[in-house]
Amino acid sequence: MMASSYNAKDEDGHITVSGPGGGTLRSKKPENTAFKQQRLPAWQPILTAGTVLPAFFIIGLLFIPIGIGLFVTSNNIKEFEVDYTGVDMSSPCFNCSQNFSWNSTRPCTCTIPFYLDQPYESNVYVYYGLSNFYQNHRRYVKSRDDSQLNGDVNSLMSPSKECEPYAFHENKPIAPCGAIANSMFNDTLELFYNDPNGTRIPIPLNTTGIAWWTDKHVKFGNPGGNPNLTAAFQGTTKPVNWRRPVYELDADPGNNGFINEDFIVWMRTAALPTFRKLYRIINKKSSMVPTLPRGNYTLEVVYNYPVRSFEGRKRVILSTISWMGGKNPFLGIAYITVGSVCFFLGVVLLIVHHKCGNRNNSADISN
Amino acid sequence: MERLHWVRHRCRQLLEGNSGRGWYSAADGLPNKSSLDAHSSPQRVSGKRRTVCARHGPHQQEYEAVSKSYQGNAIRTTKYSLLTFIPMNLFQQFHRSANLYFLFLVLLNWVPVVEAFQKEIAMIPLLVVLVVIAFKDALEDYRRYLFDKKVNNNVVRVFSGKQKAYIDQRWKDVRVGDFVRLSCNEIIPADMLLLYSSDPRGVCYIETANLDGETNLKQRQVVSDLPLQGEEFSLESFHCRVECENPNDDLGRFRGYMEHPGGLRVGLHNNNLLLRSCTVRNTETVVGMVVYAGHETKAMMNNSGPRYKRSQLEKHLNTDILWCVLLLIIMCLTAAIGHGLWLNNLKDPLFQVDTETSPGLAGFYVFWTMIIVLQVLIPISLYVSIEIVKLGQIYFIHNDLALYNKQLDSRIQCRALNITEDLGQIQYLFSDKTGTLTENKMVFRRCSIYGVEYPHEENARRLEVYEAEKSEEAGRSVTLKSGCSGKSLSCRSLSCQRSSVSLHTLAAESEEEEEQLSNPIHPRTNAFCSRVAKEVVPDPELVRKLNWFCSPELALSDGSSGTPSSLELTYITDFFLALAICNSVVVSSPSQPRHVVPEARTPLKSLEDFKLMFQRLSFSPFAALSTLSPPQMKGSPVSFTRRLFARGKTGSFTPTNSTTDGSEPGRESNLEPPDPRRKLDLSSRAEGGDAGQTEHRDTEDEDAKTNPDGARQDAEGDPIREADRESDTNEELLYEAESPDEAALVHAAQAYRCTLRGRSAEGLLVDLPGIGSLAVQLLHILPFDSNRKKMSVVVRHPLTGHVVVYTKGADSVIMDLAETPKGAEQAQEIYSHIREQTQIHLDGYAREGLRTLCIAKKIVEEEEYEAWLKGQLLAESSIENREELLLESAQRLETNLTLLGTTGIVDRLQEEVPETIEALQRAGIKVWILTGDKKETAINIAYACKLLCPNDQLLTASCGSKDACAVLLEELKVEVQRSEASLTEPTAAGNHGESSSGGVAGFVLVIDGRTLEWALQEELKSHFLELSQGCKAVICCRSTPLQKSQVVRLVRDQLGVMTLAVGDGANDVSMIQVADVGIGISGQEGMQAVMSSDFAISRFKHLSKLLLVHGHLCYSRLANMILYFIYKNVMYVNLLFWYQFFCGFSGGVMTNAWVLILFNLLFTSVPPLIYGVLDQHMPADTLMELPELYQAVQTSKVYVPYVFWITVLDAFYQSLVCFFVPYFALAGSSVGVLSFGSPINASALLIILLHQVIESHTLTWIHALVLVLSGASYFGFVLLFGVFCVTCSPPTNPVGVETLEMSQPLFYIVCALTTVTALLPRLLFRALCNTLRPAAALTSAQTDRVDSERYRKKMQRWNLSHSKANKLPVCADNPGLEPGTDSVES
Repeated sequence: MMASSYNAKDEDGHITVSGPGGGTLRSKKPENTAFKQQRLPAWQPILTAGTVLPAFFIIGLLFIPIGIGLFVTSNNIKEFEVDYTGVDMSSPCFNCSQNFSWNSTRPCTCTIPFYLDQPYESNVYVYYGLSNFYQNHRRYVKSRDDSQLNGDVNSLMSPSKECEPYAFHENKPIAPCGAIANSMFNDTLELFYNDPNGTRIPIPLNTTGIAWWTDKHVKFGNPGGNPNLTAAFQGTTKPVNWRRPVYELDADPGNNGFINEDFIVWMRTAALPTFRKLYRIINKKSSMVPTLPRGNYTLEVVYNYPVRSFEGRKRVILSTISWMGGKNPFLGIAYITVGSVCFFLGVVLLIVHHKCGNRNNSADISN
Repeated sequence: MERLHWVRHRCRQLLEGNSGRGWYSAADGLPNKSSLDAHSSPQRVSGKRRTVCARHGPHQQEYEAVSKSYQGNAIRTTKYSLLTFIPMNLFQQFHRSANLYFLFLVLLNWVPVVEAFQKEIAMIPLLVVLVVIAFKDALEDYRRYLFDKKVNNNVVRVFSGKQKAYIDQRWKDVRVGDFVRLSCNEIIPADMLLLYSSDPRGVCYIETANLDGETNLKQRQVVSDLPLQGEEFSLESFHCRVECENPNDDLGRFRGYMEHPGGLRVGLHNNNLLLRSCTVRNTETVVGMVVYAGHETKAMMNNSGPRYKRSQLEKHLNTDILWCVLLLIIMCLTAAIGHGLWLNNLKDPLFQVDTETSPGLAGFYVFWTMIIVLQVLIPISLYVSIEIVKLGQIYFIHNDLALYNKQLDSRIQCRALNITEDLGQIQYLFSDKTGTLTENKMVFRRCSIYGVEYPHEENARRLEVYEAEKSEEAGRSVTLKSGCSGKSLSCRSLSCQRSSVSLHTLAAESEEEEEQLSNPIHPRTNAFCSRVAKEVVPDPELVRKLNWFCSPELALSDGSSGTPSSLELTYITDFFLALAICNSVVVSSPSQPRHVVPEARTPLKSLEDFKLMFQRLSFSPFAALSTLSPPQMKGSPVSFTRRLFARGKTGSFTPTNSTTDGSEPGRESNLEPPDPRRKLDLSSRAEGGDAGQTEHRDTEDEDAKTNPDGARQDAEGDPIREADRESDTNEELLYEAESPDEAALVHAAQAYRCTLRGRSAEGLLVDLPGIGSLAVQLLHILPFDSNRKKMSVVVRHPLTGHVVVYTKGADSVIMDLAETPKGAEQAQEIYSHIREQTQIHLDGYAREGLRTLCIAKKIVEEEEYEAWLKGQLLAESSIENREELLLESAQRLETNLTLLGTTGIVDRLQEEVPETIEALQRAGIKVWILTGDKKETAINIAYACKLLCPNDQLLTASCGSKDACAVLLEELKVEVQRSEASLTEPTAAGNHGESSSGGVAGFVLVIDGRTLEWALQEELKSHFLELSQGCKAVICCRSTPLQKSQVVRLVRDQLGVMTLAVGDGANDVSMIQVADVGIGISGQEGMQAVMSSDFAISRFKHLSKLLLVHGHLCYSRLANMILYFIYKNVMYVNLLFWYQFFCGFSGGVMTNAWVLILFNLLFTSVPPLIYGVLDQHMPADTLMELPELYQAVQTSKVYVPYVFWITVLDAFYQSLVCFFVPYFALAGSSVGVLSFGSPINASALLIILLHQVIESHTLTWIHALVLVLSGASYFGFVLLFGVFCVTCSPPTNPVGVETLEMSQPLFYIVCALTTVTALLPRLLFRALCNTLRPAAALTSAQTDRVDSERYRKKMQRWNLSHSKANKLPVCADNPGLEPGTDSVES
């Protein structure tokens, strides 16, 4: 074979099997293999009523119990939610919400009483919830510097430009930079149990254990490994909206700086505009006493965080959790519905199968 | 003027160079360019010509000056070099609009306000596509490079000026002007002028199989006026300069002249040129001077890349892509407006990063951001995927055993890579007849000479027997392997040891042939001559007449059926002589190299007699008649007695001697004993022959009475002689003809012992019955040409010495040219009688479906010849418009012909043609036959191949004028409509039932070429089309190649249907190119059709598998894959879109950008490919058995707009489920962005993969593997990414997300619910569809399964009972049961 014919054939593309001079004695006969002759043993799923109806029944029979289980689990979760935004005049926080400034030195405090009509047996998780707060806004989500948060010294001093316009303040790098950090939730919540005898017992709230282990130990880290955080953050400035620099977030050195868990939690941007974030955990003290007994409680809020301008809402949520997370009746109902629909369709298919499937088959056979 | 020419030439070349090259394959762009450069530089000076002179010789200086600009012989077919690969390849790739779109996205992402992902990530899709394609290109180019290297390093012997000898050089070092010496079986390294051949006649044979696939040998001639002989051609004394045209790609043309030192110019033509990549055969040594080298050779210039056609489906796809674009724009606009409004309502939000931008502007930015985010919606990678899928499909088509032809050892060739699915949509099939429907293996069937028909009954019977035999053997043993045998036989016979190395390395094919040669199953047959073609059984009547000619005395005795007049005898002799010599057949025999012309045998004494007779008769055929005069009649009694005497002698003498003398050169002489009286005898007979028929009758009667023994003896002796001869000569001679007709005719002549024994440039050696070998001086060959439709040879008649023109050609042409010569009235009468009779026979032949050829001759006066010769020589030596001059010259000669007779050649149908046509018609494909044959022949073939049923009504359109044509078309249309109406009525009434379906089955329109020309005109074409639509089939006869393509174009454009044209010859090329799918049949007529085709098959029957199975499968696969691809993209993109409603339309995504990009590119990219390549929605057998299934894909039912929209709707539904189930499950919780995306992504992946499982019709282990791997790759990637990517993906940091998510049961609960809910409707829909409305295939498959199941059960039961029964001794002994058992078990 010559160049000319080579080209003609080669351009045919990967087809000329016998190369020039290569397979001299080879016949061009294609190999009679199952693959090349497209006769590979194959499962041919011809989906007819007859073949799929077992699947429908199986799904139905599986989903309905799962749904019931989920529903029951979800119902067993106790959850209490209180809105403290202070939109209404009647709300205790109305005043605080009206006159707000980031830079006010005098904290505005409001007290919200509430009543739990049933005891919370297991660990209680205290969340703050925000509504209409778009933490998932594209520009907002990007406005952070992961290297800086990871403890990279270079990034600390020269934050990524993703942080703009919250990268530098007065020619000093902001630590932590970016819009997310800048807008960190800074209300302080305290919970008191109003004993029937009139005393207000403060409920101990755990500040640790609220962030992901990986976040605290892998993703976030203080710069330089310097135990003295003040020195480590030397040369940086606090975010504009913050009242304290980052190294003064907590007295506990294990929960200070970038690895402050409140901070970490805030930095994990929420997926949806209405979200809650874990604030504190009330650990169960003993198996005998419920974590939160039935009764009157008081929530004391140091009202710092402004949400009214964008019609946001602030909530506090007390909740127990189960293996499937927080209270959510949707999954249970959905499972039961889908399971029932499947079962119903299975029945329909059974009828169809009996009416049509047999007819077709018999017709064919008679032919 | 010259310049103008040059510019035009350039332009044409440029146009030709660029046309037919797709956007994708700018194949050999580089070589072309460089060759153009070569043109443009110094040759501008010399205009259209190039001068070549010997490299090593006295013209050294001139050589240096002239040949600087000529290319060397090194070839480079690669597109790139190492350095240029990256820029060139990128440049090429960015010619694709798809890649430009990607590039646009990447650039868009660089705009800060728009930026959606990190810049690197946005580049990944583009990079992946570029790299994949660059890799493919590089691989292809590397293969090309390796091949070039191999070719360039071949060694050839080149004359070296320094060493004064031939030294080995590599091909790439060969230069223009070099002298190259080649031996037998060596491959020609460059286009060379043949200067010397070891053949004494200065010819050499080349095989052009590498160039055009034709395996017959072509003869090449040493440049005339060169010293042909001599021990070795002396190169140092070669001082000639060669002037020739610039390199061009016309393989059949070479013009130039050679200027001898003396200033004498010798014309050069194509016959002097040895083309690169051809193989020298049958010639010991040849020497040539290189005139074109490397890329300037004709072979290289003819090299064009594969064809790029845009398939119908792709056009469809483009509209859908446009819908996708619209969808994208709508989505982006929604987001933009939404974002604007949302921003407008916000006052001083905490989370607002950029507060300065106005809502309107922000919305505008978001629009572009969304375009980046939702880019996947435009399935750009779909184009790449489609290409890959098509390659896979091509692979399977190429490997199909059913499309493999064992005899020719050829598979299907897929030359166009991207129209596989068009095979599934063919609605009109245009077929050539000869060689496509028929074998194009011509077998002589019958002939008519002198107006007398010779039916050849025996021959017919033999053909029938052959047919039966063949059908039994399914054509296994008899179908020939054209040409190869003869070639390899002869090559082996020569001593070619020296070149064996190069043969082994390059000419792989001949080795294959040799392998086949040793294979006893394949009978060794000659070019175009299967056994059946060679063994023509002569017609007894004609044999008798010829015998009468050989031994006239004996034949005279058989007086029962009239005596041939001597005029008739000359006709017969001339007829067979014409059959034997009017051709370009190359003769060879295994024991003798073909170029050796056997020595003419010793002249026979009786030759004189014949000469005399011919002189008298042939001078003008009517001379004998006109010179009839009573005095000559006087001699007859004398001759009569002498004849009687002589006959008695020979009659007893011949049979005994023939066997002993048979092998001797002059053995025919024994038939004509050296009797001086014979001369007189013959001449007198000749004189009297025509004169008095009545008298002859009498003498014959008397002969019969007086000497019955002699007659009988002769009759007995003759077969023996014949058998003898056949064993002697037939096996020796191998004919290699350019066309099968020629071979058939030569063999027919041989059957009548008119044997072509050898051929050289100047002469032919012919055995004539009763005469022996005659050397015929060959003066000219006017080769066949489709304009003239005939070929002629000019010879000096061996017997009369006259210059005679023998012409063979299409009946229409010859009948027109055959003019009644002026002469006596009687002669004219006879002549017109002959014409009439011949015409009647011609019509009869055509009705039988035979191919007819007319044979005519003309005697040229010497002066006339001289005059003509001058013109001819002038024409031959002219460089400019040589063709036209030659044509003119030939036409000047071919006038006033005398019709000798006509032949009928049968061209049998290929195997399974009727079945294939029936299957295609059942598949709803309208089959048209476009043929150049006569109407009757065409109709006959149509009957034979069951295109026409006996019930069909034939509509014949044949008219002389346009108006008549218009009226006729109108009438026929009315007729069709009327019968359609009447046909529907009785069925509506319902009582007819059987009879109506048994009535007129359909209309078949037969239209001839002239009428077709009218019908194709603007005003009538719509009528023609309407009419043709009412017809089941259309047969266009007598159509020219141009008309064929016009018809195809008309149907294709006006009806907007998919057309397929299939043909085998050069006349089908235009049709093949016009049709949507062109199929070439690699048959007997060379490779032109194949070269211009999209697919090349070797038998017509392959069409059914190709269309019904592969076309169907490819189409449905591709259509389904495209739908799936679109579904996949819409589904995934919508997830992102729904999220916009929850992130303020800001263009945020809930996924890591890497995952987002790789999702389409990696995790879900392979399953669709597998789906597109391997899915089989129906088993191949079912598709073959039920051609009706083809109609489903034909009208593109798989891929229609509503299916597209259903798919899109389903995708919307699934995305809604896939987004909102996790949304509701996680709403209000503390879920982070990535944690929210995690279950969505995972369930999207599961849905997409399982959706494919539902949609797939077959699942093999490959599917399973790919699906599992795809799923695993996703989970593997996200898990590893989540563990190791701490700060690598800055804004969306995935650390720990997936690990945490996947450790929670909620994740699985959500995924399960989502997947099931999303797939439920599709599953239900499929199940209900298949149950309520089962497709034919499905039912058949079920039936098959049920049947086989039943059969199996029955057999089990039977076996069981039988085995039980077997235990009984009685039954075991029962012999009657045994066979039954065997058959069941087997």
